[in-house]
Amino acid sequence: MSNTVISIENISKLYRLGAIGTGTFRGDVQRWWAKVRGLPDPHLKIGEKDHGNRDGETIWALKDINFQVQQGEAVGIIGRNGAGKSTLLKILSRITAPTSGIIKIDGIVSSLLEVGTGFHPELTGRENIFMNGAVMGMDRREITRKFDEIVDFSGVEKYIDTPVKRYSSGMYVRLAFAVAAHLDPEVMVVDEVLAVGDAEFQKKCLGKMSDVASGGRTVLFVSHNMGAIQQLCSRVVMLDEGKIAFNDLAGVVVGKYLTMGLPQQGERLWPDISQAPGDDVARLRGVRVLDQNKRICTSFDVRDPVSIEMEYWVLRDLDYLDASFYLYSERGEIILSSIDNSHDTPSGERKRPAGFYRSICHIPADFLNNGQIYVQAALTGAGNRQAHAIQKDAISFTIIDRMDTGGARGNYHAGEWPPAAVRPMLNWSVERLPLKPEESKSSEPIVN
Amino acid sequence: MNAQLAGETLDISEQKWTTVISPQRAWWDLRLGDLWRYRDLIRLLVWRDFVALYKQTIFGPMWYFVGPVFGTVIYTVIFSGVAKLPTDGLPPFLFYMAGNTIWTYFSSCLSSTSNIFTGNAGIFGKVYFPRLAIPISAVVSNLISFGIRFIVFVVFLIYFLFSGSDLHPNWWILFLPVLLLIMAGMGLGIGIIVSSFTTKYRDAHQLVGYGVTLLMYSSPIIYPLSSVPANWRWLVLANPVTPVIEVFRGAFLGVSSVEPLLLFYSAGFALIVLLIGVLIFNRVENTFMDTV
Repeated sequence: MSNTVISIENISKLYRLGAIGTGTFRGDVQRWWAKVRGLPDPHLKIGEKDHGNRDGETIWALKDINFQVQQGEAVGIIGRNGAGKSTLLKILSRITAPTSGIIKIDGIVSSLLEVGTGFHPELTGRENIFMNGAVMGMDRREITRKFDEIVDFSGVEKYIDTPVKRYSSGMYVRLAFAVAAHLDPEVMVVDEVLAVGDAEFQKKCLGKMSDVASGGRTVLFVSHNMGAIQQLCSRVVMLDEGKIAFNDLAGVVVGKYLTMGLPQQGERLWPDISQAPGDDVARLRGVRVLDQNKRICTSFDVRDPVSIEMEYWVLRDLDYLDASFYLYSERGEIILSSIDNSHDTPSGERKRPAGFYRSICHIPADFLNNGQIYVQAALTGAGNRQAHAIQKDAISFTIIDRMDTGGARGNYHAGEWPPAAVRPMLNWSVERLPLKPEESKSSEPIVN
Repeated sequence: MNAQLAGETLDISEQKWTTVISPQRAWWDLRLGDLWRYRDLIRLLVWRDFVALYKQTIFGPMWYFVGPVFGTVIYTVIFSGVAKLPTDGLPPFLFYMAGNTIWTYFSSCLSSTSNIFTGNAGIFGKVYFPRLAIPISAVVSNLISFGIRFIVFVVFLIYFLFSGSDLHPNWWILFLPVLLLIMAGMGLGIGIIVSSFTTKYRDAHQLVGYGVTLLMYSSPIIYPLSSVPANWRWLVLANPVTPVIEVFRGAFLGVSSVEPLLLFYSAGFALIVLLIGVLIFNRVENTFMDTV
């Protein structure tokens, strides 16, 4: 039986924009006096842009947010900048109160919106551990008990009695995170504190976070790092303009987030032959990207096969015509190029009598790397390889890495896959070799 | 809905929730239990104030001793030596030191609590803890510096006693904790009212400087109450700080010209200001991050 630990009910937060007060008493009196005389507000910025969810002089940073978090669940919160993530975090952390609605929490909440809150530069590392721990809500006994563990985790034991103002920024962050990592709350609310430190330290942090999550405690995690989100969270809530856009399994919501707002076009059609790209020899009618069920699709898992389909008119009998395409990465590099005729196609089959054709290229599963992919489609003739039709950026689609193991990734789950052009699943052969007698004397045996 | 009213309550009706976050807490819900849970934080804040101030200084905590002596010497030279103000027949140095010692506790409580929200916006914006922990720790750490000033004062008092000055310390000394409580209450109360006001208007903080100066000159610190002309005396007596200073001086030096019953006026004033302050503070701490 699952047990609701956080219940967010109809939470809304209204921010006033213009009428928030000018900051001085004099300014407010001026504004009031201008209003009395029917003049425009002297303190309003000229040409202030309206937000989508702006209502007069107010803005709903959150509107009617409802969701529940069960005991031991790790829930991610994602959304673009301004979607309301930080506001929700601030309300959950009791930094500011909601305008309406209610949140009920069962258990002690620790929120980590920043590491090192309360650090004082003049105090030593040791003193700051106690200070920071207390600010985060730990009591003295708890900190004393965990002190060695914290120092050990931070890796700054040599400098523990040095004022933190003498620390490098990396040491500072490591010490700060070490304290945070040893908080022991029932409910943990975490902001993107992982965006600090070097790669190795980030890995350590992620490991610690998943320990927390798998240890039966409840975690709410806000991040832009989809890899971290998918690694830690089972469920993800996506906010958009102050409302919940999606609340579903992590992979599903992250997929939607990654493809949101991208100029996706899974199909491009030129039904009118006179408008279609091409010349008097051949013209494109359509280009589309299909999934394994032959449906137009714009987002694929790295482990899904992808099909690129081209339809075209051949306007006169030809001995030779290539339908071909380039795949470009979002960085503009050509990932690959492919042609529907290859050298082993019997020459008789290369003939293209006038008519309407469809060429489909089947890109196998576990081949493309993750990222946005743009397709340039072309129809080219024989010999001088003149192009009859070239359509740049005809369609585009996204390959999503859900970061779960399997596929070319194997058991590697420590983070982003390198930005290689492709991610094919290749065959490896591994064998264990006998040690040569003269080497075995000088070196340790290799144990794997 | 019952839970709507309470910030931190156990709602037995459906499930026990340890924390309920709602738009507005009831005005009487001060979350004092939370404050108690964070008592280690208060203790550490006090300790930090004390330690951090004199890190990387040569004389360290010695500065706590230099301050009061230095100020009193200046007062003695200017107000007694140059301006020839009367001191009720007491040694001018001790007279000023007595007034200054107790006054400084009040003024430091006031000024260190009058900028709580804007001065700590950085930390308040990142983590929740009962906001009252900060002003309370300020009042306590000021008590430590008062203690040091007080020791300096007592050392000089003993010196003057042994060198044959006409001083009469008496049983009123036992009232010192009460005097400190009144001063702390007034300083804290006014301070957090100003703090709450500064979240919207920065002007308030400017006023504190002038206000403290004005209050100091309307208190019998550099002059004895007895030297105030009778038709102006009500003005000085209306100042709730006056009875505390006069009683303090009366207790340690033996000369006072105030009716000790007036302490009730000061205590009442402190209580009301503190109550109003805490209530406003609690209201403001909910949403001040949106306006600060």
